[in-house]
Amino acid sequence: MLLIPCPWCGPRAQVEFTYGGDATVRRPGPDAPEAAWVEYVYVRDNPAGPHHEWWLHGAGCRRWFRVRRDTRTHEILGSAPPGQELRGGAA
Amino acid sequence: MTQSHRLPAGGIVDRARPLHFEFDGARYEGCAGDTLASALLANGVHLVGRSFKYHRPRGIFAAGVDEPSALVQIARGARTEPNVRATTQELYEGLVAASQNRWPSLRFDVGAINNAMARFIPSGFYYKTFMWPPTPSWWLRYEHLIRLAAGLGRAPEEADPDSYEHRYAHCDVLVIGGGPAGLAAARAAAQEGARVMLCDEDHVLGGRLVANGSIVDERGAPYWIAATVRELAARPDVTLLSRTTAFGYYDGNLVALLERVADHHAAPPAHAPRQRLWKVRARAVVLAAGAHERGIAYANNDLPGTLLAGAAATFIDRYAVRPGSRAVVFTNNDSAYAAALALRGAGVAIEAIVDARPEKALDCTLPRAALDAGLPIVSGAVIARAHGGLRVAAVDIAPQAGGATRRIECDLVCVSGGWNPAVHLFSQARGRLRYDETLATFVPDGSPLPILPVGGANGRFDLAAALAEGHAAGLAAAGHAGFDTGASLEPPQATPVETGALRPLWSVPPRRAGDKRFVDLQEDVTAEDVALAAREGYASVEHLKRYTTLGMGTDQGKTSNVVGLALLAESTGRSIPEVGTTTFRPPYTPVTLGVFPGDAAAAHVEPTRYSPMHDWHVEQGARFVNAGLWKRPHSYARPGESADDAANREAKNVRANVGVVDVSTLGKIELQGADVAEFLNRVYINRWDTLAVGRCRYGVMLRDDGIVFDDGTTSRLAPSHYLMTTTTLNAVKVMQRLLYLLQVDWPDLEVFVTSVTEQWAAAALSGPHARRVLAKIVDIDVSNEAFPFLAVGRCRLRGATGAIPARVFRMSYSGELAYEIHVPADRGRAMLEAVVAAGAEFGIMPYGTEAMSTLRIEKGHVVVGPEADGRTTAADLGMGKLVSPAKWCIGKPLLTRPALTAPDRWQLVGLTAQGGAKMPRAAKLVADPGRSLPNPMLGHVTSWCWSPNLGAWIALALLANGRARHGETLWAVSPLAGAKVQVTVGPPCFIDPEGGRLRV
Repeated sequence: MLLIPCPWCGPRAQVEFTYGGDATVRRPGPDAPEAAWVEYVYVRDNPAGPHHEWWLHGAGCRRWFRVRRDTRTHEILGSAPPGQELRGGAA
Repeated sequence: MTQSHRLPAGGIVDRARPLHFEFDGARYEGCAGDTLASALLANGVHLVGRSFKYHRPRGIFAAGVDEPSALVQIARGARTEPNVRATTQELYEGLVAASQNRWPSLRFDVGAINNAMARFIPSGFYYKTFMWPPTPSWWLRYEHLIRLAAGLGRAPEEADPDSYEHRYAHCDVLVIGGGPAGLAAARAAAQEGARVMLCDEDHVLGGRLVANGSIVDERGAPYWIAATVRELAARPDVTLLSRTTAFGYYDGNLVALLERVADHHAAPPAHAPRQRLWKVRARAVVLAAGAHERGIAYANNDLPGTLLAGAAATFIDRYAVRPGSRAVVFTNNDSAYAAALALRGAGVAIEAIVDARPEKALDCTLPRAALDAGLPIVSGAVIARAHGGLRVAAVDIAPQAGGATRRIECDLVCVSGGWNPAVHLFSQARGRLRYDETLATFVPDGSPLPILPVGGANGRFDLAAALAEGHAAGLAAAGHAGFDTGASLEPPQATPVETGALRPLWSVPPRRAGDKRFVDLQEDVTAEDVALAAREGYASVEHLKRYTTLGMGTDQGKTSNVVGLALLAESTGRSIPEVGTTTFRPPYTPVTLGVFPGDAAAAHVEPTRYSPMHDWHVEQGARFVNAGLWKRPHSYARPGESADDAANREAKNVRANVGVVDVSTLGKIELQGADVAEFLNRVYINRWDTLAVGRCRYGVMLRDDGIVFDDGTTSRLAPSHYLMTTTTLNAVKVMQRLLYLLQVDWPDLEVFVTSVTEQWAAAALSGPHARRVLAKIVDIDVSNEAFPFLAVGRCRLRGATGAIPARVFRMSYSGELAYEIHVPADRGRAMLEAVVAAGAEFGIMPYGTEAMSTLRIEKGHVVVGPEADGRTTAADLGMGKLVSPAKWCIGKPLLTRPALTAPDRWQLVGLTAQGGAKMPRAAKLVADPGRSLPNPMLGHVTSWCWSPNLGAWIALALLANGRARHGETLWAVSPLAGAKVQVTVGPPCFIDPEGGRLRV
């Protein structure tokens, strides 16, 4: 079970969180062409290594935040509120 | 029976506390402090079971968790448990145990015929034999018979009467293992101020030191153990857990511990759980799990009376049991000499110490001591074969280089092939292993995670080295966790023992065809099986494991794996490091399944959610149905009435008179802020900036790919205050998504969302008399002019015990004139009672989800799940016109893709069964049921019911190009139910398609 560093509540057990998918994709604007939407909805990288993803602290502060996790080791390398730079991972 | 083999002195058993127990119907006596195994040996009982495959007689082989053979059934009624290792089961008064895998009796077992037929049961036997003819049905037929013949022990048939619990803990340093290295580590880490947890699977701490006569800090080891434990126990930040096994290492330095709270009793004491699962987050872990001795594969090395040498020493030193009268010791390393000396001390005649090493290799401390004691050492020799029936009677020894054998009579053989560090948790923690040529085994070689192997677990078998390493690791672990006082603490001292080199010896060549040289005693895997697997191409260690089942028993090959892979290396001409090890997976030792759910069992598997009106439904005789976690009334059957009849009566009454249904379970989300209308425009397909205060509107949400996600209504309570309802099942998902959109995608929007699902009780009042009922109890004008369809208002309801603040919404799911009434949750029951009292004169009846479903099918309303099934668009469901052309919304950009607009999309239609026939369950739609296969499927039925208002079986269905097929006749077929019915296709709405009844 991961120990996830919520930027507001600190490190908490994974059971308190909900996974929210790839945080490297950004929703296109309303006028974006269809191809941009296809890219956003369907196309994902599957990196072996550090990856950014969204997590929701549903059993805590109900905030979404970004986590950098190594997909090979599950090591968590940092977390940050939306739009902010990542800070260091949990112990 | 007396304890014929109990020594008069020594050990840590309490002779003043005799305990009585039963094994295979015979009554015996043991002592407090015994395990079942030591108590059996104290009574001279070696034969305790039959082997898995060949039904060969088996005895006690080890003295701890590594035991492969002595598996017994502990019989405690509903508490019966199979495959319990006799070597770890603590003895208690009245313990009843039985041997396994034998019939009719342990001494005479019919299944032993397998042993005579062994050459017909090679490795991979089942795979090879039962794969012909090559059709799956044959395997299925054989498998049933194979399962009958396989397996050890008997699963309990009654429900588990015991309880289990979970505990969460955090610590700076977790020490796994309470032997010398572990205690030294815990002492050092605690001294630095770290919060320390120490666990050990045994009921006493001290590991191998508890009774073996070692000296630590110039005193007997028991004094050092007692002083160290006392010192640790006195510290408030130290937790000592005995009878507790660390069995799994997980992400984030989470270690799972199994504490056997009550397995040393016949039944748990009152209010105590049987076992407890600890989930420990440790900043650093010190792994002091010790080491397991391994055997040597020679012919008949499985005869009862054959013990690992270290186990024999433990039975003597700790349990004061003499395991035999005349012993032969067989070894390739120094450690077995300690066992030989202990045996001699216990009065066992040492017939020979057979050492595979040459004489010049024996000039070290322990062999010299054995020589000084006059023990007969035969160097450069091996045991070629053992003889005996139900107990070993003699061995043939031979020069290692080959040559004539010599027979030695004995009733005990003590074997040591070397020691394997218990690296299991280290390996689970992604630790690397390295093959150590000196120890001829795999030892830890660094981990990216803070787990420090020490002592035996790190290949440091010498006491002095283990103490020093444990001490250093304790300091290092505390330092990793941020504790470094700089204070100096002397490590515990012991005298190093000069130890000679081990000579790798995995097997002794067979002298006779058909001789069995066992590698894995539990899975009955022989050296010949390993060689055969290699010859057949199973050269990978993982393939070897699966093909021969080596190491796949409940002992996970603790005494056998390294021997097996060394033999595989020999057979394939590779080095042992090239062959490598199989993956170590949790659990380290078997874990009772009951401990994983803990108290989340039976009714508590998941939480149960109750409506605020639940008690009222119970009093009305409701039958309940699960909707997600909620309990919802299915129907309210009257005496003598079936549930179906009740639901039909309720549905009919709504259209004829008036009914009331609890809708508290709908998701309710309040939205406030300046930008709510813009936000709703983006999340719903229809327009919201035109919604006036005091009005509500139905809306549909799409996923980003354009498929329908959820539906519901949203009301504008005040200029910047809205209330959204969601479907019961999607309430959480919708909330999570709104939070995501507001926090991640559109933080510039000023919108605040709060779930109020549980704050409000809600009921829908529905039927031609609904207004008359409502008007009797509200303080506002609810006439059609003042309060038209889709109006929203606040009011006060006249309840029996006073006014109830309420929100009233004129919306309809049933298709009749209807109102939804929301009140604070604690007033839900009073509201419902007021509605029912007011409605009595109009024939009001409560209705449940079944009638609600019938009413909505009659109206052609879709439900998320059956119709909005994750594949349908709004257009498929007949709601394409809701998609506003005037604005963007989630999912809209991809709606124009060709696949989502193709003419053969499955579209929502209504079906009526012809000739009064019953609609089959889960039917498919075909044009001609008699057509040869594959018969093209045109669509499928999504929801179906008997319509009491139409007097026919009707259904909603998704049908290819369905809207163009109204009037056609198709077949609804259900091959599973063996049913087929002709149906007429039509529009999905069966009643009042113009919606006149809503607006009266």
